[in-house]
Amino acid sequence: MTEQVESLIKRDYAAGFHSSIESDTLPPGLDESVVRFISEKKGEPEWLLEWRLKAFRAWQEMEEPTWAHVHYPEIDFQSVSYFSSPKSMADKPKSLDEVDPELIATYEKLGIPLHEQEMLAGVAVDAVFDSVSVVTTFRAKLEEAGVIFCPISEAVHRCPELVKKYLGSVVPQKDNYYAALNSAVFSDGSFVYIPKGVRCPMELSTYFRINEMNTGQFERTLIIAEEGSHVSYLEGCTAPMRDENQLHAAVVELVALDNATIKYSTVQNWYPGNAEGKGGIYNFVTKRGICHTNAKISWTQVETGSAVTWKYPSCILKGDNSVGEFYSVALTNNFQQADTGTKMIHLGKNTKSTIIAKGISAGQSNSAYRGLVRFNPGADGARNFTQCDSLLIGDRCGAHTFPYIESRNPTAVVEHEATTSKVSDDQMFLCQQRGLDAEKAISMIVNGFCREVFKELPMEFAVEAGKLLEVSLEGSVG
Amino acid sequence: MLSVKGLHAKVEQIDILKGLDIEIKPGEVHAIMGPNGSGKSTLGNVLAGRPGYEATSGTITYKGHDLLEMDTEERAREGLFLAFQYPVEIPGVSNMEFLKVSLDARRKHAGLPELSAVDFMKLARETSKRVDLPASFLKRGVNEGFSGGEKKRNELMQMMLLEPDLCILDETDSGLDIDALQLVADGVNSLRDGKRSFIVVTHYQRLLDYIVPDHVHVLAGGRIVKSGDKSLALELEAKGYAWLEEEVA
Repeated sequence: MTEQVESLIKRDYAAGFHSSIESDTLPPGLDESVVRFISEKKGEPEWLLEWRLKAFRAWQEMEEPTWAHVHYPEIDFQSVSYFSSPKSMADKPKSLDEVDPELIATYEKLGIPLHEQEMLAGVAVDAVFDSVSVVTTFRAKLEEAGVIFCPISEAVHRCPELVKKYLGSVVPQKDNYYAALNSAVFSDGSFVYIPKGVRCPMELSTYFRINEMNTGQFERTLIIAEEGSHVSYLEGCTAPMRDENQLHAAVVELVALDNATIKYSTVQNWYPGNAEGKGGIYNFVTKRGICHTNAKISWTQVETGSAVTWKYPSCILKGDNSVGEFYSVALTNNFQQADTGTKMIHLGKNTKSTIIAKGISAGQSNSAYRGLVRFNPGADGARNFTQCDSLLIGDRCGAHTFPYIESRNPTAVVEHEATTSKVSDDQMFLCQQRGLDAEKAISMIVNGFCREVFKELPMEFAVEAGKLLEVSLEGSVG
Repeated sequence: MLSVKGLHAKVEQIDILKGLDIEIKPGEVHAIMGPNGSGKSTLGNVLAGRPGYEATSGTITYKGHDLLEMDTEERAREGLFLAFQYPVEIPGVSNMEFLKVSLDARRKHAGLPELSAVDFMKLARETSKRVDLPASFLKRGVNEGFSGGEKKRNELMQMMLLEPDLCILDETDSGLDIDALQLVADGVNSLRDGKRSFIVVTHYQRLLDYIVPDHVHVLAGGRIVKSGDKSLALELEAKGYAWLEEEVA
């Protein structure tokens, strides 16, 4: 089904691009030949192959970071397969009846429409479903506005000069261990280009919901907002994805040129492992944006999935008067571990950043906020406000806060507020005395705690994010 | 409505109630008075099923059900309401949302459909007016930043909206000035309909000038040591509790 959607979407594009749907799968292991193989499979130009190889060589010299407050068995990077073809139709479930009923139950609780359920579960459906026409309408609308929104592997052919100019410009190949790995072997991802002065005519989330593709474990996203343009993008989905991959290392780069605004929202609900802490995704993500003069980048994330999360969506506030925002809810339950936060690097004058981070820990999980606010010498009059709240459910979980503040400019102002609270017995009793059961009470209290962040999400997702918390908290009260 | 027989209860391993009996018929208002530490608040909390308040022996029958077999939320849905002495805050959860989910839970239990958003808003606005809270309080977090008096009026608003069968007011008068007291009493009186019963736990006779009880009980040492009509409250006001404790001893 995913291929079907993909091919339907691609049919109209002039550039023939079908090489990704071939049936080769590489054996586990990583060396230069693997990087060359991937690049060749994608029909990439020479410069991109060189770019990947440079990353690969750098990666070989690097060491896996160990500073995060997470513990997991050592990853054997040679036991991972770095190129696998999409599943063939024959291997896919024929209908939702063949899909794990627990997964379907979750979709239903989240209110995901049936055809989306089929798509998310990877059901092989022959019939063309309604939303294809919707996709076509959306694409026409985007093209009319001059917006380019396509897989990054396609952008390499459609607009090579843009990709060449900006790929790695915000997250260089050698930035960190996982970013280097991603740069060497990235499978695919999204590319967005908003021309000068254009306000993207729709939330790219709407489109994305229907068009979501299995972009693999090494996803690469690049968003370029030209001067004075505006775009809102939502990645991920509230529904858990069927995905057997253990290791995810994605890179997202945002470029907001003068007076541009990029709003990037994430709802991440990858498989968190079972209640005993077995299995689950290791999610190591590098997300960063650069703001030119008067530009604004706003990150909003709701992280409820993955066994291990390592993620710090950041802003480089390069231009004067630029604005960076980070709104985050990170919920961990059972044995999940999250080490997440942001970096706000103030370079320009009068730059402003806001950080609102909410961590919720239940079960025996651990959640850490790690954030850096840096004012460079040129950042006259810069300001930061950080609010960092932790909520504990039960007495076996942990919440940790690691704020780093570096100021090299005497005129910069930074405010940091932090609280840690527990869902109190008194709050629970009040709710139950008014007729709510314990699970409903917890989810309502937690939703209230997250309100400031949810209001930053596109509306339809704010509702779903609330429900998602409810589902993720199941079993957190005895 | 409610029949309590030989109730013993403990809190944190300490015996508080030691053989309490009380019988409440539909439509009656019972005042429970008594000195500090006599177990007045414990009674309300045991009835409502607060965790940590453990009934060790005795029976409680509520509307024909064995109350002690029911979960906290079941008791609430079955129409047992406790107005708190110190209402807790729930930041970020709007009063409106809280009222709606509470009412939905109660209606669902009674086999009634949920109110539509429009009908509910109308009802909530009317109710807030009855307790003299501006409608803007509906949008604020539950008790978040409310003054003591506002919290008590918010409790009253919940009580009016949920239309319980048995209302337990746990020292609702504490911390209220005379105007607020009058307002709360008027609210309670407006809910007296000959069927709904009330347990009014209070320290002072003052509240009973406004909410006139059918029966007054004095709780001392975990038991009811004296019962009477409203004149008993006046007698207590004049003489204090010491004479009763001596009488019992």
